[in-house]
Amino acid sequence: MSEFVLEMKGIEKAFAVPVLKGVDFSLKAGEVHALVGGNGAGKSTLMKIMTGVYSKDAGDIFINGKIVPIHSIHDAGRNGIAMIFQELSLIQTMTVAENIFLGEEVTKNGLRDTRYMNNRAKEVLDNLGIDVDPGTVVSSLSVGMSQMVEIAKAVSKNAKILVLDEPTASLSTSETEHLFQLISDLKQKGVSMVYISHRMNEILRIADSITILRDGIIAHTGAVKDINLDKIIMHMLGDGRGNRFHWVERTYPSDAPDLLTVEHLNINHKLSDISFSLKPGEILGFAGLMGSGRTEILETLFGIRKIRGGTIRMKGSPVTIRNTRDSIKAGFALIPEDRRKQGLVLIHSLKENAILPKVTKLCKGGVLVDEKAANEMVENNVRDLGVVTDGIHKRINLLSGGNQQKIVVAKWLNMQPDIIMLDEPTAGVDIGAKAEIIELIRGVADEGKGVLFVSSELTELMAVCDRIIVLYDGRITGSLSRKDIKTEEELQYAIQQEK
Amino acid sequence: MPSSRKSKADIQWDKYMVYFIFVGVFIVFAIILGNKGFLNVNNLVNILRQTAVISIIAVAGTFVMAAGQIDLTVGAIAAMTAMIVSLILENTNSIFLAILVGVGFGAVIGAVNGLLVTRFGLPAFLATMGMMQMIRGSAMWITDTAAVPISNTTFCNVFGIGNIGPVPVLVIWTILFYIVGIILFNRTPFGRHILATGGNEVSAGYSGINTVKVKMAAFIMSGAFAAFGGILYAGRLQAGRYSYGDGDEMSVIAAVVIGGTSMAGGTGSVIGALFGSILMGMINNALILANLSSAQQTVVKGAIIVLSVAVSNLAQKRKGN
Repeated sequence: MSEFVLEMKGIEKAFAVPVLKGVDFSLKAGEVHALVGGNGAGKSTLMKIMTGVYSKDAGDIFINGKIVPIHSIHDAGRNGIAMIFQELSLIQTMTVAENIFLGEEVTKNGLRDTRYMNNRAKEVLDNLGIDVDPGTVVSSLSVGMSQMVEIAKAVSKNAKILVLDEPTASLSTSETEHLFQLISDLKQKGVSMVYISHRMNEILRIADSITILRDGIIAHTGAVKDINLDKIIMHMLGDGRGNRFHWVERTYPSDAPDLLTVEHLNINHKLSDISFSLKPGEILGFAGLMGSGRTEILETLFGIRKIRGGTIRMKGSPVTIRNTRDSIKAGFALIPEDRRKQGLVLIHSLKENAILPKVTKLCKGGVLVDEKAANEMVENNVRDLGVVTDGIHKRINLLSGGNQQKIVVAKWLNMQPDIIMLDEPTAGVDIGAKAEIIELIRGVADEGKGVLFVSSELTELMAVCDRIIVLYDGRITGSLSRKDIKTEEELQYAIQQEK
Repeated sequence: MPSSRKSKADIQWDKYMVYFIFVGVFIVFAIILGNKGFLNVNNLVNILRQTAVISIIAVAGTFVMAAGQIDLTVGAIAAMTAMIVSLILENTNSIFLAILVGVGFGAVIGAVNGLLVTRFGLPAFLATMGMMQMIRGSAMWITDTAAVPISNTTFCNVFGIGNIGPVPVLVIWTILFYIVGIILFNRTPFGRHILATGGNEVSAGYSGINTVKVKMAAFIMSGAFAAFGGILYAGRLQAGRYSYGDGDEMSVIAAVVIGGTSMAGGTGSVIGALFGSILMGMINNALILANLSSAQQTVVKGAIIVLSVAVSNLAQKRKGN
């Protein structure tokens, strides 16, 4: 009998490029094992292999010392492995008890035995110290409570290994405390947990072991008590850190009048006092953990969220932004976070997507769309941005992520905005296209446009930003000039709120 | 990306499905029913005349469905408009007033449908189903189910029974509406906004499109076009009756979907809807020529609708989405 409940040995996986290059990962009974790494380091791929979402190219998975094939989520479930997803997977319209028994309904005389299931659910919940009535409809629960119900559901199905993916990203402080209590209770019961998070202080607090992935290999694995924040960050970044994109100091008229001035912007109870300014030609980055409010600020400036208070001035004069149209008119453009859901109409062609915001202005005599001008514009986009496609009438979902993103950028460049806002523009984009997008951002700013740039990849922020605003829990906790940031570590410290 | 090597022709396949089916069905009927007068010019023109109303309403139906919506009120609007128009004609004899009020009525109902969907958040199916019943009921109520004859012959000639040379006015109206519809759909920003709204409403909103306005416009257009359909019913049958257009909403949906418009929205073809409409009219005509009883006609008609939509759906599936 092995001391590990789960072992993964020599795991390899490639999607066109290798993502995992022979990874070993072992989990002891009743431990919380933190899994850490930058975006694209391979964390989620490794977990998806463990939970049967992806198949591995090579390597073996052992449960309690015995080799087991895991080809599907059901295989994983049978072996007691469950994943608690970031976007919760409970059915919103059903009750807590119905969710817990989903697919395994208990029947009496062919009918659902509601009373038995409610009682049994209550036992499970009580046992875990979760204070919720099993008859409550899930949609009326807070995010934190839903997450705990989801954990209870997994545990009730005899899950012995839980994967928690950024579980605290959208939780309040008290909900986080609650979750930690639950995690320590589960540990007592012998449940093992893989804890994925970017929040180092949480990891140092609750994890027993830590595994750090970097570029598809294990950079470090060991006990949490033997490591500190410095070492974690060092392992995450490795030696060749930040060399993928080089920072070139840019010049922009820093004494010019503000292009954009935001004062005391009030978005919601969490994000209520946001002030910053942007010069023409400046690239201003926003750094922060998930849920720190970066996306919300951009969405508010773009008229997607209601403004509860504060002023926004463009070139000194105040603008009212009630909706996206007002924002576009004021000179804003947003390359949104979710390219597929917010940025593109996937069933339409590359051309239709690229001309969409502009189409009312592309008219001959104000009535009919000037298709020739539209085609010409999109052909130029394709050429200028180096989009790889066999024609502008190709359906956009047949293009690669990087090329899709270039079209989203093109669609807004065509509007000639004064300020371009980009929210995680390189997510799900291969490394080559990443570099091109970074270069594109620089080019846009060099033309005198203002750029607001949100990214979780510090290397990227470090590569192009002139200034970086650090957000923590809805507050601006720092505004750093790029010149003054010597290393990525410094920025990582600022984000983690550690000195 | 395994699917990235598909050819352009393959992607467009479903769009042209209706024409293949159309030609196929036409040839089959021509062979089987050629000796019963199917190919007779009068018979073919007659098919066009009989399908005119469905064809015209289907123009707007394409906009509604391409925007991801559905409008079940069109048949009832046609009936109510026919009643309104014939009552106004009998009382004032003013064609202008009758048309203005009739089309205005349709547009107002369309606006109400639009408001129910966009402002009150009702699913279009339910909102328009309820409205349909209210309008149909009102059409019965207004004269206590009595028909209202129209004695204004100018009206009946222009909107129903007249001919320009050898061509019936109903066919002329159909052509006019399709010219306008095709230009509006394929060549104006409004057409693009409709498709974007149906294709991905969130993304359309993020692109600065006022999707509420777009959906309102589609419903108003649908109501107005349905009202015009009612005017043509009144003109053709020289009277207003509450029973006009019973079930037209379903024929319109079938014509639009057979024509290559996705029920989920985002794709659409106006000219396809014309072929869908004529295809159904042709089948109707053929079943009568073949001496089928009306019970048998109904069964075969239903089967053919299921078959043609299934065939174009299969074509769409092959495309891999």
